[in-house]
Amino acid sequence: MRRDALENRIYDVAVIGAGVIGSAIARELCRYDLSVCIIEKNVDVCEGTSKANSAIVHGGFDAKPGTMKAKMNVIGNRMMDKVCEELDVPFKRNGAMVISFEGEDSLSELVARAKANGVEVEIVDPKDYEENISSDAKCALLCKSSGIVCPFELTLGYAENAVENGADIYLNTPVLGIKKDENFTIHTSKGNIQARCIVNAAGVYADAIHDMYLSHSYTITPRKGEYLLYDRDLKDLVSHTIFQLPGKMGKGVLVTPTIHGNLLAGPSADDLLEKDDLETTDEGLAYVLNTASKSLKDMPSMVITSFAGLRAHGDTGDFVLDMPACGFFEAACIESPGLTSAPAIGEYMAGMVAGYLGADLDPSFNPVRKKRVLDGDRIICRCESVTEGEILAAIHSTIGARTLDGVKRRVRAGSGRCQGGFCSIKVMEILARELDVPFEDIRKNTLDSVIVFGKTK
Amino acid sequence: MKKDLVVIGAGPAGLAAAISAYEEGIRDILIVERDNLLGGILNQCIHPGFGLFTFGEELTGPEYAARYIAKVKELGIEYMLDTMVMDITRDKVVTLSSGLKLEAGAIILAMGCRERPRGALNISGTRPSGIFTAGTAQRLMNIEGYMPGKEVVILGSGDIGLIMARRMTLEGAKVKMVVEIKEKSGGLARNIAQCLDDFNIPLLLNTTVTKIHGKDRVTGVTLSTGEYVSCDTILLSVGLIPENELSKKCGVRLEEGSNNIICSEDLMTDVDGVFCSGNVHHVHDLVDNVTKEAIKAGKSAAIYLRR
Ligand SMILES: Cc1cc2nc3c(=O)[nH]c(=O)nc-3n(C[C@H](O)[C@H](O)[C@H](O)COP(=O)(O)OP(=O)(O)OC[C@H]3O[C@@H](n4cnc5c(N)ncnc54)[C@H](O)[C@@H]3O)c2cc1C
Repeated sequence: MRRDALENRIYDVAVIGAGVIGSAIARELCRYDLSVCIIEKNVDVCEGTSKANSAIVHGGFDAKPGTMKAKMNVIGNRMMDKVCEELDVPFKRNGAMVISFEGEDSLSELVARAKANGVEVEIVDPKDYEENISSDAKCALLCKSSGIVCPFELTLGYAENAVENGADIYLNTPVLGIKKDENFTIHTSKGNIQARCIVNAAGVYADAIHDMYLSHSYTITPRKGEYLLYDRDLKDLVSHTIFQLPGKMGKGVLVTPTIHGNLLAGPSADDLLEKDDLETTDEGLAYVLNTASKSLKDMPSMVITSFAGLRAHGDTGDFVLDMPACGFFEAACIESPGLTSAPAIGEYMAGMVAGYLGADLDPSFNPVRKKRVLDGDRIICRCESVTEGEILAAIHSTIGARTLDGVKRRVRAGSGRCQGGFCSIKVMEILARELDVPFEDIRKNTLDSVIVFGKTK
Repeated sequence: MKKDLVVIGAGPAGLAAAISAYEEGIRDILIVERDNLLGGILNQCIHPGFGLFTFGEELTGPEYAARYIAKVKELGIEYMLDTMVMDITRDKVVTLSSGLKLEAGAIILAMGCRERPRGALNISGTRPSGIFTAGTAQRLMNIEGYMPGKEVVILGSGDIGLIMARRMTLEGAKVKMVVEIKEKSGGLARNIAQCLDDFNIPLLLNTTVTKIHGKDRVTGVTLSTGEYVSCDTILLSVGLIPENELSKKCGVRLEEGSNNIICSEDLMTDVDGVFCSGNVHHVHDLVDNVTKEAIKAGKSAAIYLRR
């Protein structure tokens, strides 16, 4: 259940972080006969890295062979169809191309990696597949198994399905300290939570959580990626995800359709000091535009919004999927392809924890997420044609929306070309009415993101 | 179901066009409106300044709309509220959000316009609460009765922004400045005098906002001059775009960039029997001009239907 006050009980497992990784692990833990809780500092799930990324289900051709990144990527990619079906998450294998301006030789390293990782790729002429690709692109590596997914729904789907299978979720509950006697005592802003095991899935903050209990052993540097999101009118500009050759800082700037039919360009890559610096910058956005422009014949101008996400870049060089101390597990340094790998990481980590606790499978586990359908065909968001019924379902689902952004992420009200200009007030009214709170209590996302200051005179 | 004339939108353009067609002898008319009341954007424009040319007196937006609403009701012209047109085809089949399909003899597009959001300007920075288009802030205050902010910077000197500078000041907010990237404001001279000058609100020309600050709520902006200005609210009044997504679906030709409809003298679009009027055609300064155009569109549609 979603809990506001702490339960006085000892959980078998407490998962810290309700991003895609923590949520996937929690849901996979529910397959076992274990009591599970998720502890999240934000007021909603999916408020960290999982909400702002490229949302590509990577094929797995560029991860270094033999690493956890490569393994989890390839397995995660294969699991994605089934998981998205069970959790009702929009997903499509649209295929990806890495274009080269130089020639086939420049792609040979990727071809070799693909082969080692067991990923099917071929060398093609990109112009045979995409009309609008730059005429400077000489050839491309095509990976048909690459896809696009809705990262919010994947995260929410995992978290909701975990809760539907008995997990508790504590939102708005930052973890402040960790101690262990017989069990772990997790000190939070709301008091103490007891658990036999901990899974640290705190994203860019995973090193901070680690250091609350163990001595420092790795450092996570937030690596910012900025994006430009374009109008849906451009949905047919490209059908594949178009990469350029990867560089030292990551997979480089891509241009891709999103699962909802927008066009997305980004990300940049800049290392930061602060873990909550989500500012977009003139330089970052200009870099994205200039680099993305090289991939296409003509880069369009219909930007509807820009945003930034933070990669949890670890100094370990690979994902950390481990039990560094008895009962203390962690899934850390999960940068790209973390979203793709989430199904595999969930399964892997849950298996590790269940093994440690000697847990059996729970025969009552139901992998299918409940879908709420509520009446109301009045259109609230014009740009994305979102009905009142859909918004009601977003509010009254297993982990219902409480904020404007929460509604936006769940049903897209306000994510279209007018960016909430028309519908945000109506959504606020519906939230206030359904949650039975005053209009002025509705927030954008965080507790301090006040929208209105009381009544007019 | 068949309908002689379907009018999409019940703002001043749609209402006047429907009345005009009625007066030309067309009886089988339906007005479709997605909001829950007739009148469109005028409902939130509670300041005076409407109707000087049409009625020779200064009305508020709701008063101006009320005259047309009364007429529509008096003539018994049929309308649907809370109903959005989802699709129009080239052969004038209109699909409503209720699923109903109408075969229209003629269509008048009167969907109005929308405000440009922040994304269109690509201002960098954070994404906190406290950034509103001027029209959204106007609706929050005038229809819902809530204060959207206390310390305000207005970006762009469009008329709604100017009107809101005065409105927020009268409600006790501190409007620190209006910044305008161009060397001249696009707003009406009377609005600059009555909404800014009378309240000593500075208008900074050749200036824009280059960065937005604040993690939760807006805390300030950086101007193109390099100056940092603290504020908790940013209103955007940076232009209007005709709301032509539907028009595109049936193949109406638009002018690139402005999104204006390209149409003939009698307001028929490129699509046979589809007419346009008001801000969906192009953005008008004054509602009086919208009404004038709408009357013509209603007449043209009637002539088309009688042909
Ligand atoms: C620019 C960019 C592009 C990317 N593109 C892709 C892509 O195309 N494909 C792909 O597969 N992957 C991609 N990734 C990677 C992917 O997004 C991440 O690997 C994944 O989202 C990580 O999920 P997470 O759950 O580890 O982190 P998060 O989503 O950040 O979740 C961590 C959670 O822990 C919570 N938390 C932190 N500290 C505490 C505390 N003290 N107490 C309680 N809760 C706490 C946070 O609030 C947060 O909700 C991209 C990443 C970035 C930044």
